[in-house]
Parts: sequence; C-alpha cells; structure tokens
Amino acid sequence: MTDTTQKAAFWIGVRQGLPFIFLMVPFGMLFGVVATEAGLNLLEVMSFSIVVIAGAAQFTALALMVEDAPTVIILVTALAVNLRMAMYSAALTPHLGAAPLWQRGFIAYFMVDQAFALSSVAFEEHHSWGLAQKVGYYFGAILPVAPCWYFATLFGALVGEAMPEALALDFALPIVFLALVAPALRTPAHIAAAGVSIVLALALAWMPYGLGLLVAALAAMATGAWVETKLEPPA
Amino acid sequence: MIQQSPFEIWLIIIALGAGSFGLRYSFLGLIGDRALPPWALRHLRYTAVAVMPGLVAPAVLWPDATGGTPDPARLAAAIVTAGVGYYTRNVLAAVIAGAGTLYGLLWALG
Repeated sequence: MTDTTQKAAFWIGVRQGLPFIFLMVPFGMLFGVVATEAGLNLLEVMSFSIVVIAGAAQFTALALMVEDAPTVIILVTALAVNLRMAMYSAALTPHLGAAPLWQRGFIAYFMVDQAFALSSVAFEEHHSWGLAQKVGYYFGAILPVAPCWYFATLFGALVGEAMPEALALDFALPIVFLALVAPALRTPAHIAAAGVSIVLALALAWMPYGLGLLVAALAAMATGAWVETKLEPPA
Repeated sequence: MIQQSPFEIWLIIIALGAGSFGLRYSFLGLIGDRALPPWALRHLRYTAVAVMPGLVAPAVLWPDATGGTPDPARLAAAIVTAGVGYYTRNVLAAVIAGAGTLYGLLWALG
C-alpha cells in the first residue's frame, strides 16, 4: 500500500463512499419533502442543503421553525447538534492539517458524518498513506455523498409526497453507522470507548440540545485513551 | 407551517451554514500542520468509536417510528449489523445483513 497514488486513493474513497447513496437519497428526499410541506420555497429548501449540508441540524432547525421558536434558539440548538463536527475537525487535523488552506476550506465544508466516518477508519487502516493519498481519499469518499444529498433534496422538494412508512427509513442511519463503526473495534480500548459511549448516551439522553451525546463522547474518548495507556505502558 | 418572514428564513440558513462551517473548520484551519501533543492524539484516535455508537444508541433502543417503544425488529437489526461488521470487518456485508434482518422481521412480525 506504500505506493498507492493519490488517484488510486481517490477511487478507493469513491468505492467506499458508494454504499452511502442508499442513505443519502432517502434522507435528502425526506428533507426536501418535509421542508416543502412546511412552507419553504424551492430556493430556500435547496439553500438549506447546500449551505448547511448537515442533515441532523437541518431537520432540527426545520422542526423548530415549524414550532415558531425564536431565531436565536433555532440557531443555538441546531449548532449544538453540529458540535460533533468540531470533534471531527480535531480528529482529522493530524491527517489533513498540512493541506493547503484552500483545500482545508473544502475539506471543512464537506465534513459530514459520512466523510469523517469513512476517512477516520481508512486513515487508521492505511498507516503508510501520506497527505496526498489522504486528501485524495477524502474527496473520493465525498463524491458519491454530497451530490446525492443535493439532488435527493431537490427530488424530494419537487415530488413532495410523503415517503412510505414501510421502508423504515428512520433506521437507515443507525444501520450504516453501526456497520461502519463495528469493524473499527480493533482493540480493547476501542471496545471500551464504544461501550461508554452507548451507556452514557442513553443515560444522558434527557439532556437538551444533544449535550448528552457530547458528554458521552468526551467520556468515551477519555476511556479509550486511558485503556490504551493501561495496556501499553510507555517503553 | 412556517411563520418566519423570508428575512428570518435566510438569516437562519446563512447563520447556520456559517456556524457549521466554523465548527468544521475550527481545528483543521487553526491548528493546521502544527503537531498535537501525544495525549491529544491518543484521545482523538477514539473519536469515531466515541461518537457514532452514542449517536445511534437512542434510535436503536427508543425508535421515533414506534413512539419510543423498543422494537424487536430494529433491535435485532442493530445487533446483527454490529455483529456481522465486527466479525467480517466488511461494512457492506454488515449493511446488507442489518437491512435484511430489519425488513425480514418487520415483514414477519407484521
């Protein structure tokens, strides 16, 4: 793998990003449908998906807009839902931080759950990759994901019909995320971190604005780091 | 229906976009290629396994679709997905197994 070219890494990213089409299409359509039914016009719906490009935050903002919540509350709540992006940014910095400024701008814009999940797993797997390969992989992984989000939103906004409940699309995200994270559970430290994440996220689910998940994630990261130092004492 | 004026709607879209970009750009833009201390790297290694299980756990145990009541089909699908993913290390196989379990059980349990 040491001589993987940037182009080859790009295509690995594209291939591994492809399964997300099954996630992005229904979710994007759902946003288009719901936002249109809530009364947003086509330009507003599309701007949401292109400017914000964050499904969970978009649905949160939309739900609060329908409830006629104050603008400040809408912004604070939806941004709190997106706080995990700052963690993604920190986690990708050791891998992508050396990229030129304009590339980091695009990397940041496209930093969605799927981009982070795919690349953090791939970068751990391919230790030998340098910056060029990592950047190539990242944009490859984005290629099937982001355009799908835009076009699915557009399609949903134009079609404007409720999605059949039998598809159980609410569960597409959990399945895809579990499928991604399970193969990454390579060490006892990873497993301990995942366990703490689940238990605390459930125990703290009562906290507002998704703060419970943030607390759970920070505790889980500390757990992983702690188990790692216990198992591998410094030489 | 949405009551906000077009001005408020655009304010929300633009501010939310700018804020999201700020969060995504934060560390990547400000730290760049300066080396992070080893303790920070040790924590960041676990970001994915620390965020994603917690992100989906409530949806697995208390799905919105059933009004928050635990649902055998969704619970079984989650366990099968995680199990197949863990043992095969193959993301696509895990998705297919999980989706198959979900639809199979939703259909069987009616």
